[in-house]
Amino acid sequence: MLLWLIPAFPLLGFLLNGVIGRRAPKSFVNAVAIGAVAASFLWSLKTLAALWPLDAPRLETYFTWIQAGDVRIGFDLAVDRLSAVMLLVVTGVGLLIHIYSIGYMAHEGGYYRFFAYLNLFMFFMLTLVMAANFLLLFVGWEGVGLCSYLLIGFWFLRSSATNAANKAFIVNRIGDFGFSLGIYLIYIHFRSLDFAPVFAAVSERPVESGVGPLTLIGLLLMVGATGKSAQIPLYVWLPDAMEGPTPVSALIHAATMVTAGVYMVARCSAIYLHAPLALETVAVIGLATAFFAATIGVTQFDIKKVFAYSTISQLGYMFLGAGVGAFGAGIYHLWTHAFFKALLFLGAGSVIHALGEQDLRKMGGLRHKTPITFWTLVAAAVSISGVPFTAGFFSKDEILLAAYHHAPWMYWVGTITAGLTAFYVFRAIFLAFLGEPRGWQHAHESPPVMTVPLILLAILSLVGGLAPVSRFLAPMFPPHEGGHEMHLVVISVGAGLAGIALAWLFYVARPGLAERTAARLGALYQLVYNKYFVDEIYQAAVVQPVIRGARSLLWQKVDVGLIDGAVNGLGARACAAGDVLRRIQSGNLRSYAAWVLLGSFLLLLAAGLAGGAR
Amino acid sequence: MDGLLFLIFAAIAAVCGLNVVLQRQPIASALSLIGVMGSLAMLYLLLGAQFIAAVQVIVYAGAVMVLFVMVIMLLNAGAERPTGASLMASTLGVPLLAGLLVALAYVLFANFPDPRPVRFGEFRLGGAAQVGYALFTRYLLPFELTSVLVLIAIAGAVVLAWREVRK
Amino acid sequence: MSPAGVPLSWYLVLAAFLFTLGAAGFVFRRNIITMFMCIELMLNAVNLTFVALAYHTHQVDGLVLAFFVMVVAAAEAAVGLAIILTVFRNRASLQIDEVQSLRD
Repeated sequence: MLLWLIPAFPLLGFLLNGVIGRRAPKSFVNAVAIGAVAASFLWSLKTLAALWPLDAPRLETYFTWIQAGDVRIGFDLAVDRLSAVMLLVVTGVGLLIHIYSIGYMAHEGGYYRFFAYLNLFMFFMLTLVMAANFLLLFVGWEGVGLCSYLLIGFWFLRSSATNAANKAFIVNRIGDFGFSLGIYLIYIHFRSLDFAPVFAAVSERPVESGVGPLTLIGLLLMVGATGKSAQIPLYVWLPDAMEGPTPVSALIHAATMVTAGVYMVARCSAIYLHAPLALETVAVIGLATAFFAATIGVTQFDIKKVFAYSTISQLGYMFLGAGVGAFGAGIYHLWTHAFFKALLFLGAGSVIHALGEQDLRKMGGLRHKTPITFWTLVAAAVSISGVPFTAGFFSKDEILLAAYHHAPWMYWVGTITAGLTAFYVFRAIFLAFLGEPRGWQHAHESPPVMTVPLILLAILSLVGGLAPVSRFLAPMFPPHEGGHEMHLVVISVGAGLAGIALAWLFYVARPGLAERTAARLGALYQLVYNKYFVDEIYQAAVVQPVIRGARSLLWQKVDVGLIDGAVNGLGARACAAGDVLRRIQSGNLRSYAAWVLLGSFLLLLAAGLAGGAR
Repeated sequence: MDGLLFLIFAAIAAVCGLNVVLQRQPIASALSLIGVMGSLAMLYLLLGAQFIAAVQVIVYAGAVMVLFVMVIMLLNAGAERPTGASLMASTLGVPLLAGLLVALAYVLFANFPDPRPVRFGEFRLGGAAQVGYALFTRYLLPFELTSVLVLIAIAGAVVLAWREVRK
Repeated sequence: MSPAGVPLSWYLVLAAFLFTLGAAGFVFRRNIITMFMCIELMLNAVNLTFVALAYHTHQVDGLVLAFFVMVVAAAEAAVGLAIILTVFRNRASLQIDEVQSLRD
């Protein structure tokens, strides 16, 4: 089936563009980059069509990567229903974003570098999604983190961009530390890192009550997921990652890379189902993050930051779905979220391309200047708000219903969050497109190469929910309590519509109402607007002590004192020894004679004592 | 008879040796050294090495020491002045030398516990014929090499002592 | 004295004594020529040892070696005295302690 071709095409694109893209014309760079992703997408479709109905996973082993003792880790790729969904999302949405980037990055320097990095990202993401063992998944995991760093810091002459890239990579690294500890534990307990044997062995075990090895593994893997998928407490890198070009935000920080954590949790469903404590933790973290990020998103003025917090919030929904046992629903939301979130970001990029501005307070009245952007963004907003029969409606309600059956309070918090979601998304749309222009002069609609992907994504955001993703994935996971309580659906839809109405009230009907409410809320508003000062808390509680400790202890005491001291000390001792021995070279013949005498005497003594004279 | 002769010449050698070391004037040391060599030649005779004894007198005492005396006279070498420059020599010298003597004596006595006593006339291989025979057969290569060495020494000595004739 | 002859070890001890005397003179005397003569004394002591051991082993090799020692000592005396002459010409002094240019 040649599964390896799927990641190989983007890798080839990366190599070609990276090596000769600099001197090649733009048409060549475009052809290589788009062609690579398109080939990957088509080959994925071909593979899925051939393997339909994918009742059993298809495993292909290529070569042995590590062989040490009785450890064998191979470069193995596998396709089953879960990875099929991921493949379609990654290659399909990725293709649309690549095409969009041709227009968005048209006037940027380093054009070839951008597409080379994007292709490299696709390679790593596809490796992650198709990996058949934990270590190869981790390779893809780390690789997408690397590409995220490279792309966030794409405009590397800007210190804010490089700082954001560093922050993303370092925070991810912290998560990855937990992830690798989880992998070690898996190896220790199961003596293998391949998915099939490990999950089979896990299924043999009893469900743990309390904290056991499986719980520990689940929690550690979740630490990695909080880093990669921007959940509490390691989400802080994602808002800063908006320093990168908007297509990057759309692809990596909305549709694909950040969803890797959800994919991983779904893949390890066997582990989590046998470790209820860990699974509960996943749900709680997801729900808390969803609510927390939504509140921040309500106050932000940078359009990309609003959508960044929205991403964090929606990822929380996905973890909530997985955490209450509805893994299929979580992946379903991943599927729909890829459409409407990528669309939101690409649309924001279109607005930025039109105005050269990111601050919502300086926009307004764009509706007639950029109609395509406006209507496609409305489609996305409608979907994310859960308006009936849009894609977002189906996936979000499935999660909320599953949450209700797990613990009703989770349903209520989720519904309130849904209301907040609708509010902030439509707030952004109303501020940007409706009302009077607030300060800008020229605006033009984006070229077709950018608007066509927007239109396609809008269509997908509206009808993409009709794809029966969670039913498709149902055989992979044990059945959970779903439910179709109509009244719950009505309530959640109502929350979404209420959010839209409130946004209309605050930003269209009564324009000054927002500022007055913010002033009245005073300190509470300031707290939320400043993102609950989490960055500052981390800076003071974690970063500064680490820097101080590294400086005073590790640098001055260990590196300069111990290591340099030892090395320089060796040199100094050698010099000192030389200094002493130099005195023998006095030029005085009689001294020399005395030394010779001493030497011969000692030799004689040695020979005599050893009895060697005979 | 052997013992008496040995004692006489050994005593002369020892006394002259002490004199070499203890005299202030170099010329006195040189003359004492000639005395040592002479008595050693007699000891060689007692040991039956006639050829070596003759060579000792002719070459060593007769040529080398004459050379020494000539150089001393040429340079007008006077008495020594004490300077005390070598700390190493003064501190370590005496104990080291005493130790050296003791060590040598020990080694010798340890390795030759009951040596064959030396009787005059018992060693028959010391004549010129025997030595010459060994020299020209088994030791031919060292012989040739030493002749080259002597040639080099002559050339070297001439070069070193060459004094430019000023026009 | 006794018709049994002189024990060989006495010759060897005499040689050792003369050797030590030569070493002592070399270390303690300051006149270059005198130091050189002490070297000659040491060589003579070694010669005596060779000859005595030739007697002991009843072979002629010891004598041949003693012969070579003498030849080499003669050559060395020639060259050494030439060096002393040169040193004297350059420094007008025969004190060894004033010839210390080869220090560090």
